[in-house]
Amino acid sequence: MHSKDKDRHRWRKFKSGLVSFGTLAAAVLVIAPLGLVFFHLLVNGAGAVNWDFFTQLPKPVGAPGGGMVNAIVGSLELLALGSAVGIPIGVLGGVYLAEYGSARGNAMLRFIADVLNGVPSITWGVVVYGLVVLRFKGFSAYAGGLALGLIMIPLILRTTEEVILLVPNGYREASLALGIARWKTIVNVVMKTASKGIITGILLALARIGGETAPLLFTAFGNRFWNHDLSQPIAALPLQIFTYAISPYDDWHRQAWAGALVLVMGIFCINVLVRILTRDRAGTST
Amino acid sequence: MINLIMAAPDPIVLETDDRTPESALDSDEVRLTFEVHNLSIWYGDKRAIDSVTLNVPSNAVTSIIGPSGCGKSTFLRSLNRMHELVPGTRVDGSVLLLGENLYAPDVDPAIVRRRVGMVFQKSNPFPTMTIGENVTIGLKLNGVRDRKFLNERLEKSLRMAALWDEVKDDLHKAGTSLSGGQQQRLCIARALAVEPEVILMDEPCSALDPIATAKIEELIHELKKNYTIVIVTHNMQQAGRVSDYTAFFYLGRLIEFGPTSKIFSNPSDKQTEDYITGRFG
Amino acid sequence: MPVATAMLEDQDSAASRMAAPSRFGDKAFEWLTLGMALAVILLVFLIGWQLARGSTLAIQKFGFHFLTTSTWDPVAEQFGALPFIYGTVVSSLIALLIAVPLSIGTAVYLTELAPLWIRQPIVSLVEMLAAIPSVILGLWGIFVMIPWLRDYLFPLLKKLFGWTPFFTGPIYGTSMLAGGMIIAVMILPIITSVSREILRSVPKLQREAAYALGATRWEVTRIAVLSYARKGLFGAGILGLGRALGETMAVTMVIGNTPQIAVSLFKPGYTLASVIANEFTEATSDIYLQALFEIGLVLFGVTIVVNLLAQLLLKTMTTKTATRAVQ
Repeated sequence: MHSKDKDRHRWRKFKSGLVSFGTLAAAVLVIAPLGLVFFHLLVNGAGAVNWDFFTQLPKPVGAPGGGMVNAIVGSLELLALGSAVGIPIGVLGGVYLAEYGSARGNAMLRFIADVLNGVPSITWGVVVYGLVVLRFKGFSAYAGGLALGLIMIPLILRTTEEVILLVPNGYREASLALGIARWKTIVNVVMKTASKGIITGILLALARIGGETAPLLFTAFGNRFWNHDLSQPIAALPLQIFTYAISPYDDWHRQAWAGALVLVMGIFCINVLVRILTRDRAGTST
Repeated sequence: MINLIMAAPDPIVLETDDRTPESALDSDEVRLTFEVHNLSIWYGDKRAIDSVTLNVPSNAVTSIIGPSGCGKSTFLRSLNRMHELVPGTRVDGSVLLLGENLYAPDVDPAIVRRRVGMVFQKSNPFPTMTIGENVTIGLKLNGVRDRKFLNERLEKSLRMAALWDEVKDDLHKAGTSLSGGQQQRLCIARALAVEPEVILMDEPCSALDPIATAKIEELIHELKKNYTIVIVTHNMQQAGRVSDYTAFFYLGRLIEFGPTSKIFSNPSDKQTEDYITGRFG
Repeated sequence: MPVATAMLEDQDSAASRMAAPSRFGDKAFEWLTLGMALAVILLVFLIGWQLARGSTLAIQKFGFHFLTTSTWDPVAEQFGALPFIYGTVVSSLIALLIAVPLSIGTAVYLTELAPLWIRQPIVSLVEMLAAIPSVILGLWGIFVMIPWLRDYLFPLLKKLFGWTPFFTGPIYGTSMLAGGMIIAVMILPIITSVSREILRSVPKLQREAAYALGATRWEVTRIAVLSYARKGLFGAGILGLGRALGETMAVTMVIGNTPQIAVSLFKPGYTLASVIANEFTEATSDIYLQALFEIGLVLFGVTIVVNLLAQLLLKTMTTKTATRAVQ
């Protein structure tokens, strides 16, 4: 009897150890792609990231060298256009959910925003194509920016709501008790107190849409040249990477890797910034 | 300093320490800041305040005591309509501030709150603002632009809150960099800056150490020369120390109101006596 | 404003200098923010309306056959979406099969078993994986993963499981299986972080009770944690499915983009999202474009339903906003 119990105990222990090991292996496998992607980005991309890459336009097939400066600038322009749509709607909508409205109505809006977050990004491309491109007879930076902006809305809305709800009620009361109007209280006291969190949410949304390709395929469309007319097709880094990646030319593949490295670095810079901001917040919050 | 408080009721110079509050309460010459008549307040279906009638004398400290949940905080907030921030509140009865009904339909709560300032339990200087901005924010956001006037009010308010000497060189520092007691005095200065006539205090010392508490109590003593003060406290020694009048609330009702000395030495109600002597609550 | 009159007599008081309160500002601001919040409802309707409007002709012409036939011939103007639906479903299922066990395993490791010092770094790495754009994963897929699959993993699979119909036929590399695998990588982070949030929300008491009975770590996890969190973990998986169905760039780059229904996972496939990405700008005729709009409509409808389900499952589990831990 005794030894049987012991055996069983040992078996249970062994099983526990086995599962521990299994979950560790799972964690390693989850992280592995990150390491691999990074490794290959550096190996294949680092060589082609040079001064030309940031200053030159793409060269035609066969001509070596060239860069993606138009795509980098185009991406920034698209982000700016997207922000112009996504930030005001997202932030103010988030303010509404946190400060006004009824519990039930807001729960529904929140729910819809979460569902909207799950809409495939290519869907936005199709919708904006129908809404803007067909109507105005042409691909344009405006259309691309709008598609990105619409994706930002639910992202920013939910993070803004969340950080505004974290602002202690005492600040609202203190402000209202001075006879300050409610909206001024919200703007000057509540939003100001939550500003770091709001900015964090905006940065995360930018990091997300900065790498979006699908919604740009038939809105911004891409452009091999400089374009500063926002009603014309415009280049974007992710689009350029895609075009080059599926091309049959080695030169272009190298450029695609370089572009990918630059894009990932940009996105990670934003993430590091977010981390610094959020660490600060954790440090000073009362 | 008195001349700052132009709007305060006529200074019938009350040498509060010499005066016998008993006579004052009944006498005609006592000015009343608040006249609360048959006030009831509901949160949804729950009646938090039940038919309270109470007169708050001017230029004196009135403390409100009672066990937690007795409605003392709600009553205090009804004096500047802060309780309305909770959705679903309903008010019956009237509160007159110097003869004017705060709950009259054409009265804007913002105006009421400018006239009746408030200091909260937890000191809450705005964390994104400097010491100076914290004091002037009420004026600024209420549309005062004049720099000179703002600076005047900044200094005067901080002086009245007995904080000027401690912070005059640090006005650009964050309000939250101060100690707990200083923060609470900063909040008092912030409330004083918009020149209220009354200051409501909701357990202003409950989060402070004894030394900081003593400073605030001293300040209250100073301030009542120019202001009417209503203070909610759960600390009966404090009520005894700082107030001229005391109201005892229980279960949303006003059980007894009178000069502090009488309430504490010779309460006329059995419940008051039980509470004062620590037999419940 | 009778209450204010007493103050107004004195010209230098603060009260005389402060602006009279206006209800207009408050009302205007509330309406403004309400309008912005309502944008989310508007957007849902906008998507539905635009997709339906763009595909009216196709819906009228092909009707229900659109979903059940498998001829996709732009020249003959015959459009049946079945191969794309099949490809989307199969690639997503492969992705879930790979991603769910790994993600939940990682989440269990992170909440129950890992030493404390290592938890935050792993969480950060998972977040970084989530931040990698789909197109970059696709690039890596084309040039690193596909050759490796073609030369090593697929031959091995063929040798081991060649007797099943799933691993037969010539090996190209680009394939349904490759598509499923790359989608798996894309949805690992979201399932992991949502699962982690859910496991973290299991009350401590639950665990302590099991430990008190002398259970081993795994037994505690299985009895107290996993059974308690089952519904939420299911929700996390469904949320991952929602993402998988709509995943576009990476899968487009490795799945082979051939509209066929093949049992072997080594054969190329095509998904709803991929066909839109590839053919939208090439759609020369109206009916072609309409058919692609209808594909978008199908994709939108399916992802909305799946996401609704996921949100409902997660809502009952945890009030935390875990779903947005990783986007």
